Amino acid sequence: MSAPSSRPSIGAIFSVFFRIGLLSFGGGVTGWVFREVVTLRHWIEEDEFMSGLAMSQILPGTNISNLTIYLGQRLRGPLGAVVALAALLCGPFFAALALASGYSVLKALRCSDAAMDGIAAAAIGLLLIVIGRGARRLSTDFAAMAALLATFVSVGLLHWSLPLTAVVVGTISVLLAWSRTKPDEG
Amino acid sequence: MKDDLPLALIAVFVPFSLVSIGGGTSIVAGIQHQAVDVHHWLTAREFLDMFAISRAAPGPGSMLTTLVGWQVMGWTGAIIATLALFVPSSLLCYGVAMIWRRYRGQRWHTALEKGLTPVGLGLVLAGVVSILRINGGGVLSWGVALGSAALMSWRPRLHPLLVFALGGAVFVVARAIADGRLAL
Repeated sequence: MSAPSSRPSIGAIFSVFFRIGLLSFGGGVTGWVFREVVTLRHWIEEDEFMSGLAMSQILPGTNISNLTIYLGQRLRGPLGAVVALAALLCGPFFAALALASGYSVLKALRCSDAAMDGIAAAAIGLLLIVIGRGARRLSTDFAAMAALLATFVSVGLLHWSLPLTAVVVGTISVLLAWSRTKPDEG
Repeated sequence: MKDDLPLALIAVFVPFSLVSIGGGTSIVAGIQHQAVDVHHWLTAREFLDMFAISRAAPGPGSMLTTLVGWQVMGWTGAIIATLALFVPSSLLCYGVAMIWRRYRGQRWHTALEKGLTPVGLGLVLAGVVSILRINGGGVLSWGVALGSAALMSWRPRLHPLLVFALGGAVFVVARAIADGRLAL
């Protein structure tokens, strides 16, 4: 979509990832990143995002920190990766310590439980958007849809081992994709 | 003894950094075992409190690690534990990301990308289900999640925090109604 010349400044990377870190409640962080980096700013294209998402899910480490490293590096090399990760973590770092310091006060405010649960559920909506966009790209590819479903059922419903699932389904899925990819063209 | 604490924190969290496939939730039980049973840094009760706080805090759920470090050694501990958890996996990821991007377009890369993307999406979906399960709202959680996805797809520029606040309000009202019915 946008030319590579529109690559963002280090300051812009910091401010976007700082905001993502601080505002992402309830586990929808990947969805926030997609919204800020792809939907709103077009810093990278959707299929490059999905490619990095797959990589960050499979490598060890927090998915979101891996995705941040991938994007930071893609946008601005080593410095971009370091700045993006530092920006992502520094907000939550202080927020968690502040919450821990005031925990006894928080505990008294039990009525906030329902609100927190509702916020978390709404935050999931951001993740569902990423899944919907990704699945739509795959929808013509039967093998890919089967791999998506197999992974989900194994880990999400049957609670089988995540690494084992990733290795087994991943291997089959990659081999199928290999067999249908043309030998290196230009 | 106290001089060994930074090293102990590093020794505990660096391995977790490299085994935590699929995100923070997969290592919570392991961290609990190390911090509570092996090193006696916290009581089980304190650990549960820290877990609850890390879920309420923004950002990756792995802030649990920061909080454990903070309990052990204050600010220094918080920083050491955070770095121990994030630096090793990030270095690995950086290396892989470089290779991953350099060979984009090659046949093996295209096959890996095409093959792994659906697996990655399947894992995100599995994560969604596990979060909604912990959340304990049942049908209501799913309704709010799908509703918020629909709303934000329809209006991409609508600020997510507005949608989240709406979700919170729906839950507060729904719980109040449910409690009222129970009281009758």
